Amino acid sequence: MELVEKELLTTIQNPMLPLTFQVRSRRQETKDTFTLEIEPVESGVEFKFLPGQFNMVYVFGVGEVPISISSDPNRWNRIAHTIRMVGVVTKAMGKLKKGDLLGIRGPFGSSWPIDRCSECDIVIVAGGIGLAPLRPAIYHILSNREKYNRVVLLYGARTPDDILYKNEIEKWRSRFDFEVYVTVDRGTTGWKGNVGVVTTLIPRAPFNPENTVAFVCGPEIMMRFTSLELLKRGVKEHNIFLSMERNMKCGIGLCGHCQFGPAFICKDGPVFSYSQIKDLIFKREI
Amino acid sequence: MEKVKFYYLAPEELNKIFDYFKARGYKIAGPTVRDNAIVYDEIKSVNDLPLGWTDEQSPGSYRLKRRDDKALFGYVVGPHSWKKFLFPPILTLWEAKRENGKFKICESGYDGEKFVFVGVRACEISAILIQDKIFGGGQYAEPNYLKRRENVFIIAVNCNDPGNNCFCLSTGTGPKVLTGYDLVLTEVISEGKHYLIVEPGTEVGAEVLMSLDFREATPDEIEEAKKISGEAINKFKKEVDLDGVVEMLQSNYENPLWEKISEKCLTCANCTMVCPTCFCNTVEDVTDLTGQSAKRIRKWDSCFTLEFSYIHGGSLRYSTMSRYRQWMIHKLSTWKNQFGMLGCVGCGRCITWCPVGIDIVENVKLFRSDVLKFKT
Ligand SMILES: Cc1cc2nc3c(=O)[nH]c(=O)nc-3n(C[C@H](O)[C@H](O)[C@H](O)COP(=O)(O)OP(=O)(O)OC[C@H]3O[C@@H](n4cnc5c(N)ncnc54)[C@H](O)[C@@H]3O)c2cc1C
Ligand code: SF4
Ligand code: FES
Repeated sequence: MELVEKELLTTIQNPMLPLTFQVRSRRQETKDTFTLEIEPVESGVEFKFLPGQFNMVYVFGVGEVPISISSDPNRWNRIAHTIRMVGVVTKAMGKLKKGDLLGIRGPFGSSWPIDRCSECDIVIVAGGIGLAPLRPAIYHILSNREKYNRVVLLYGARTPDDILYKNEIEKWRSRFDFEVYVTVDRGTTGWKGNVGVVTTLIPRAPFNPENTVAFVCGPEIMMRFTSLELLKRGVKEHNIFLSMERNMKCGIGLCGHCQFGPAFICKDGPVFSYSQIKDLIFKREI
Repeated sequence: MEKVKFYYLAPEELNKIFDYFKARGYKIAGPTVRDNAIVYDEIKSVNDLPLGWTDEQSPGSYRLKRRDDKALFGYVVGPHSWKKFLFPPILTLWEAKRENGKFKICESGYDGEKFVFVGVRACEISAILIQDKIFGGGQYAEPNYLKRRENVFIIAVNCNDPGNNCFCLSTGTGPKVLTGYDLVLTEVISEGKHYLIVEPGTEVGAEVLMSLDFREATPDEIEEAKKISGEAINKFKKEVDLDGVVEMLQSNYENPLWEKISEKCLTCANCTMVCPTCFCNTVEDVTDLTGQSAKRIRKWDSCFTLEFSYIHGGSLRYSTMSRYRQWMIHKLSTWKNQFGMLGCVGCGRCITWCPVGIDIVENVKLFRSDVLKFKT
């Protein structure tokens, strides 16, 4: 499980030219986060992707930013992006309505190694918007549930109001074959669940470390502490996978922005095994 | 190709080659004097070359001086490099228009220009080959670069006199041109004689020489040219042992020496702009006032800026130290992991054009002695 898959699934003629997609629906997830479901405008486009991959998403005249794909990898041409409004481009995306157009370049990058961990326990650890790139992996795992042993989701949000995909999480929670634990940094009145950072869930989570593969996505600091907790429980270095984030301008290894030591996060990542990057993630300003 | 023939050209006979290509729609780009520096620009004839000029370089300093002969190529490299033609500093990648509720994206970026590059040095050919790998050798290719590159004819020149900041002998990229050229020139000036020996490196190069009726060089002339260019390796003033530097730098990210060597750095980005291999770029998306059309413009960027590593919440490389470290480790170390070779061709431009004279070669030496000291 050393290598992370990085197949190119759609044939892209000029990887620098966006394809036009249109918004099918927009759904508000939390106060600052929404999900756009989009589809290609041109017929004949076949958009396939692997869980964990991202697109470069362009708003006409405004700008282009990397956004993970958050939809089911088995549903081609029905792509979802879950986006948190933080700045110029993501706020412009927040204003898009059904029928509006977007430019898409992708899918780019490596993916969660879901096909290479059958018979394993799967632990998915997400912080905040980090759940978005993990959702395609969850869909895939749940629709091939028999291939895996225990499947556990540990999800941390800032407050109960920041929890993404609330209805879906409830559905997942009601399944007998999926253990879902949610925690918040700060509770609000009425919150009866866990309070505390997501790493506090790791020591008690039900998995067999020897035979566990972990997928982790969230703020970098959360991923560092999560990795350490997982290692403490005995999960192997090469079985922990993290999705890294850096400034990205091209998405295809040509602009230099996303460099992380010897790696280009856009094409060698964003998903890396802990053993690939452990020498760098604890250093500052890399 | 048949056995390689060497031809004799009087200096002004280069014009015949220029005319040959002009008649076929090429522009001639070569060194020329402008604003007290030798830059690369479109030239019309041999007379536009820096005849009788040389350059004097040292860390943080560059000066033109008159030579006492009429040498065409009696200097080394200036602030420009050929990347400005192949990977333009500003380029519109595409334009988009809104049309009845849709938007239509049209590729732009290359308008069919063809160039003859004149006076390309060995280190510069290495730099071009490195950028070929970056823009054309990976999973994704950069189509604009490749189209430009296909339409270039390279007339290289052997360096007879390396400059004060040249260290291509240490990077293994010069001073003699060994590959990647269509024609290579050796300039001979001795005892009142002044001529060029030309050798083709490609079929096209051979055809051009043949069709222009140059006379073949005599064995004595060839011998003299070889002797002159062969002496260059004994004239280096800057050398550095790069053995093991790839591993050394990557295992010394946290060495306090970084603070010291980057202390004077102004993060002005000059070093990355003059570097013939630096390829980092950014894009700007712009729209017209009506919002009906938009375009994406690509520009050279530099890892020395704060914006370069910006992600929501702040820049990842906020200290000068971390930016200098990123640049130097990239050039001399991680580049190797990424592309299979170093990102430095020993041209010395970053040393000459650094306003405070920071010297990458001296910094390697500091690291070497520090790490050695640490070991023993
Ligand atoms: C591989 C990858 C996957 C991502 N997936 C998602 C996702 O699924 N949902 C989501 O909401 N966000 C995601 N992000 C983060 C998202 O790209 C940034 O929030 C976005 O770039 C911010 O742009 P802005 O113009 O709104 O912000 P501004 O603060 O105005 O940013 C200005 C510019 O800086 C750069 N920039 C700023 N923040 C980031 C950042 N965090 N990462 C990379 N570049 C940045 C962009 O070029 C941006 O245009 C992902 C980032 C990466 C690298
Ligand atoms: S090393 Fe010199 S040229 Fe490069 S950014 Fe620093 S001051 Fe500028
Ligand atoms: S985003 Fe451009 S090189 Fe990775």
